[in-house]
Amino acid sequence: MSILINKDTRVAVQGITGRDGSFHAAKMKEYGTRVVAGVSPGKGGCIVSDIPVYNTVYDAVRKDGADTSIIFVPPMFVKDAIMEAADAGIKLIICITEGVPTLDIVAARHYASAQGAKVIGPNCPGLITPGESLIGIMPGNIFLPGRTGVISRSGTLTYEVVYNLTSSGIGQSTAVGIGGDPVAGLYFIDLLQMFQDDPGTDSIVMMGEIGGDAEERAAGFIKERITKPVVSFIAGQTAPPDKRMGHAGAIISSGSGTAKEKIEALIAAGAKVAKEPAEIPLLLKTML
Amino acid sequence: MKIHEYQGKDLFSKYGIPTVKGSVCRSKEEALLAYDKLGLSKAVVKAQVLTGGRGKAGGVKLADNRDELGRVAESILGMDIKGYIVDRVLVAEAVDIADEYYLSFVIDRNVKSVEMILSREGGVEIEDVAKTSPEKIHKIPIFPFVGVPDFLARKAASLLFDDFGLIVQGKEMIKRLYKLMIETDASLVEINPLVVCKNGDLIALDAKINFDDNSLYRQPEIEALFEPTKEEQKELFAKSKGFSFVQLKGEIGCMVNGAGLAMATMDMIKLYGGNPANFLDIGGSSNPNKVVEAMKILMSDSDVKAVLINIFGGITRCDDVARGLLEAFKQIKTEIPIVIRLAGTNEKEGRAILADTHFYSAETMGEAIRKVVELTNPKN
Repeated sequence: MSILINKDTRVAVQGITGRDGSFHAAKMKEYGTRVVAGVSPGKGGCIVSDIPVYNTVYDAVRKDGADTSIIFVPPMFVKDAIMEAADAGIKLIICITEGVPTLDIVAARHYASAQGAKVIGPNCPGLITPGESLIGIMPGNIFLPGRTGVISRSGTLTYEVVYNLTSSGIGQSTAVGIGGDPVAGLYFIDLLQMFQDDPGTDSIVMMGEIGGDAEERAAGFIKERITKPVVSFIAGQTAPPDKRMGHAGAIISSGSGTAKEKIEALIAAGAKVAKEPAEIPLLLKTML
Repeated sequence: MKIHEYQGKDLFSKYGIPTVKGSVCRSKEEALLAYDKLGLSKAVVKAQVLTGGRGKAGGVKLADNRDELGRVAESILGMDIKGYIVDRVLVAEAVDIADEYYLSFVIDRNVKSVEMILSREGGVEIEDVAKTSPEKIHKIPIFPFVGVPDFLARKAASLLFDDFGLIVQGKEMIKRLYKLMIETDASLVEINPLVVCKNGDLIALDAKINFDDNSLYRQPEIEALFEPTKEEQKELFAKSKGFSFVQLKGEIGCMVNGAGLAMATMDMIKLYGGNPANFLDIGGSSNPNKVVEAMKILMSDSDVKAVLINIFGGITRCDDVARGLLEAFKQIKTEIPIVIRLAGTNEKEGRAILADTHFYSAETMGEAIRKVVELTNPKN
């Protein structure tokens, strides 16, 4: 079992004729993901890595039954791409693109949710249910099918942690990168609930970072609703205030959003917090 | 991106939001000239620096007459406020305040929308009000495709005012402030204090506007207002090379792929007893040119005593990364010891390539960081 995606998920790639879109469409397909269609306005009728390309998401849904989409289009086209996917009936929209105007995401996310679609990202590495479906830019070979759910605001830090988990024999049910922007689609609380409800998940690893108070809110939620063990790691303990640490959302502003506050909240909620990534599998083993 | 109060007030004027008359001045002489030109009697002189807490630092002062204005302007110009040197002041009319309020629009991470925030407690830090009396703060989320219709602006204004004349003035100001936010891609527009003058006028006494960096590409007029500090210039240079860079004060230079891993690397350096000199995310590829540029940035900091390169090879394989690093270091002459830690796809092959070189190669983050800390602090 898993959350959000599995071997039956049918994926359309928006922006499939671009450099990143074509590269990752091929990688996802190679992993075993059912990439059924590509979308690129004006390039309808082309074939990319044996994947048919359409002018509209609507065609990808109607002709090839796409139910999920992944977006690689440049930042200025993301708002339109998310709304197009939602309008076409796509139910899960994953946005990889970095540097999207925040007000565009605010609008597109509202539109998508009014159409009953979920959004993941932007500025995220996507998600994976190991052995079944990879929808994103993650290196599939480091993942192992298993029963630990992973949620993270970061890309390579997730790989580092997953690599440690896999090396310790701890497989993953689903791993989701929620992205590093201040406004994003699905967030910690939504995913914690999904993992709690998933019979294929026994424990949860949650990786946060400085900025905002989503980790504190997640801590409150863990205390009240989550009965499965949670191990966490928070990046950015040494980050200076008012500096954006790579991710647009990773900034300590007006003294709030510090790693210390987040760690304290998580510990108070009964989660274990690792001091370094390599400690995560060790803590997890003590809780299982 | 932040702008100065006077620039914010210029934008307010453009959007028809009433503010006090004033002029930005770079010297005592300019300040006196502005005083005469604006025909002021009582005036206020406000330091223009891109940081908060100007009032507490003594950067905002009243002057009762022309002579005093000259003295006050002279004392504020050149002042150091939290590391920012005051090179200009705003000379403005001192208004007779009856009441102070708070009004802002902000992009809120949790409601994932723009949120209007209002309070009858103005002129103080809104964070303090939120802590001591949260019931005095009103928050109204805005539907992006609806914006702020009349009824909503009226409802909001009536949370601040009881007098209908003020409610009407407030309604207009709220609508205009929201329009400004959306059209300029701001992430925060704040009027604190919003004042009712003794003559009944509603005006914005201060203007704080932050902009969304991701939107600057479509806001050339806003981007033109950007004044990078020396530190930020280095960060901008790094950005033009495709990195994300933040200067810190330690002695261990870091080069990492990915922001989260870069932060975790800094944290671990501290945990193991060292101090990171910077945050540097070189992004996804192992392009030798990128490594060369990144090393140049690290080596421009004379405090750097050792460099740690921490790369997780995912899509990019570690053997390719190792070859890229060797290629890059053919172009760089440095005595600084370098620790390289490669993990991920083809890591053994990658480490084999680095085996007989002058680099210190490590398998785990812990091992790499222990090594680099030891190199900068031989006594440990």
